[in-house]
Amino acid sequence: MTAANTTNILTEPPVLRITPPQGWWEVDFHELWRFRELIYFFVWRDIKVRYKQTAIGAAWAILQPALTMLVFALFFGKLAHLPTEGLPILVFYYAGLLPWMYFSNSLTNATAAITQNQNIITKVYFPRLALPISAVLSGLLDFAIGLLLLIPLMAYYHIRPGISLLLFPAFLLLAVLLALGAGLWLSAMNAMYRDVRYVVPFLVQFWMFASPVAYASSIVPAKWRWLYGLNPMAGVIEGFRWSLTGRGDPPGRMIIVSVLMALVVLATGLIYFQKMESTVADVV
Amino acid sequence: MSDAAIRVDGIGKRYRVGQRESYRALRDVLSNAFRSNGRRKPKDFIWAVRDVSFEVKQGEVVGLIGRNGAGKSTLLKLLARITRPTVGRAELHGRIASLLEVGTGFHPELTGRENIFLSGAILGMSKAEIVRKFDEIVAFSEVERFIDTPLKHYSSGMGMRLAFAVAAHLEPEILLVDEVLSVGDASFQKKCLGKMQDVSRAGRTILFVSHQINQIRRLCQRAFWIDAGQIREHGSTATVANLYEANSRDVQASSDTGTNLGRAQFLRWEIEGANGDLANVLVRDREVRLKFIAKVAQPLRNIHHGVALYDQARRVLWGNGIDGVNLEPGIHELVCAIPSLPLQPGVYHWRVSLYDNGERIDDWDCSPPMFVSTEPRTHRQDEFAGILNVPSEFTIRCLPTEHVVMP
Repeated sequence: MTAANTTNILTEPPVLRITPPQGWWEVDFHELWRFRELIYFFVWRDIKVRYKQTAIGAAWAILQPALTMLVFALFFGKLAHLPTEGLPILVFYYAGLLPWMYFSNSLTNATAAITQNQNIITKVYFPRLALPISAVLSGLLDFAIGLLLLIPLMAYYHIRPGISLLLFPAFLLLAVLLALGAGLWLSAMNAMYRDVRYVVPFLVQFWMFASPVAYASSIVPAKWRWLYGLNPMAGVIEGFRWSLTGRGDPPGRMIIVSVLMALVVLATGLIYFQKMESTVADVV
Repeated sequence: MSDAAIRVDGIGKRYRVGQRESYRALRDVLSNAFRSNGRRKPKDFIWAVRDVSFEVKQGEVVGLIGRNGAGKSTLLKLLARITRPTVGRAELHGRIASLLEVGTGFHPELTGRENIFLSGAILGMSKAEIVRKFDEIVAFSEVERFIDTPLKHYSSGMGMRLAFAVAAHLEPEILLVDEVLSVGDASFQKKCLGKMQDVSRAGRTILFVSHQINQIRRLCQRAFWIDAGQIREHGSTATVANLYEANSRDVQASSDTGTNLGRAQFLRWEIEGANGDLANVLVRDREVRLKFIAKVAQPLRNIHHGVALYDQARRVLWGNGIDGVNLEPGIHELVCAIPSLPLQPGVYHWRVSLYDNGERIDDWDCSPPMFVSTEPRTHRQDEFAGILNVPSEFTIRCLPTEHVVMP
């Protein structure tokens, strides 16, 4: 669709051309931008409904990572004595769990994004990308609330974030893009094959143990650590810990590999999602 | 720029058989891949829409009629961009809104207020637009008191009113509507139709799918009859609607033969002067001469001949008869002349009979039924239109005060 430019919108209405699917790359970012208000409304709906359906509402966003932190600290830290990069155990696990929980919740929500909205998809047009995008964005509120607990936690242990905090938004962006990339794959697959959602919990669990949530990536020999970055969540989590606390070494080559990997997941996710998009209304 | 709002060129949509019915499971795909050893089953395809081309001018209201599964809804979904065509192309000039369901995007956990914003945004309104029209939408919906109550506590009627209030305030240049008016009660339908006519008066282009032919007659200037994925007929609504109705009744007519006692039998009937194919269609309100053709086997003396008119609900609208009829063996034409049949457009049934002293000779439910497709002269809302289609003239004047008698 050609974007109408605002000066002649009164004289000439926008022209919409409908054609069969063409080529492997039709992603229209202009159109997506024009639908930004709809994305906002989807995010707003997801958050409203989620908080209305849980009795304790926003408190859940803190309880979930906090309780997991305690369990991890007890078993992995106190009992298994896994190294924590010189960070207090609680800070180490909480700083790792925050991005992980954001990521895993986003994956779960994005997987269901198409199937849960099939009644809308079969009745009205909008760029279908708006659904997984809003699923990934709506998790950011929980993430922000969870982040609040980190402040007293770090204050208690006298950890002062340094200049590295400036890079925190970049790592957050990486987490969002990676969640979107993987979410695109899963939501498209789930729309075509409805049993995918049974595979997702396993995938999430598997992915967690392959990521430095319960341990530090320093247990991987330095020589191979860049290879560990092929799991982009490794770069994200180490980046979070480093940028928030300022302790330890910046994740160097590993983060470059993670960024490249995340971009590959996102690009292939967009292509696969768009391939599904043209036929989704016929199958859901 | 030409004045075409919608231009469709050779559009087609093909489905794989079974694809439309259900989604697949990854498990099936994997197990099939192993079982079939790489051999693929030949695929069966069906064309839900095939090689359809047409143009709709700006401000035109066009109806799509056809049987279930004929492809009219698929055609609408192609234009609404809900699904992509397999071949062909289309061009739409203007802002588009599709109304394939009332209450698209409603969420039961959210309040009426929240749902107005959500549904409005999904149907294509901007936030500023919804804020601007919010009070108007609430007033139209008549659910002011419950606007901050979650939708799950609404009755279905209230939810429907709220949903339509949102839809009615869309301001597209092109509106695609599918069957939404078939839901809801009579007063709801009335409101919908009234609002839709407002929309068409405002010069908007509307493509309208409905099973209710009379709604199409009322709203649309032109109609397309979609059959087996293709446009079978197109033209003025009156012509297309009549052809469609005549066709859908033909199927029944062949099995509907008169009773035969051997002495005489009605064979067929027609409206005198009507042209060949449409001998059962009444197009003008003037003198009607009904011809009933009967084959008489034995001489009939002093018998009774009756004619009656029924509506779709099998209510007798009119009936009359004569006694003392004498018929010799042979083919006879029994003509009944009526100066005027001012009936609402629709389907009616004639019934003719021959009785000998209370004993039936033949009593025939005439087929095909009669279609009346005269110009409606009645209230535009069906429930106030009644049965008769008579011309009327309103005169309103102000009386001098001395004429007014106070009680």
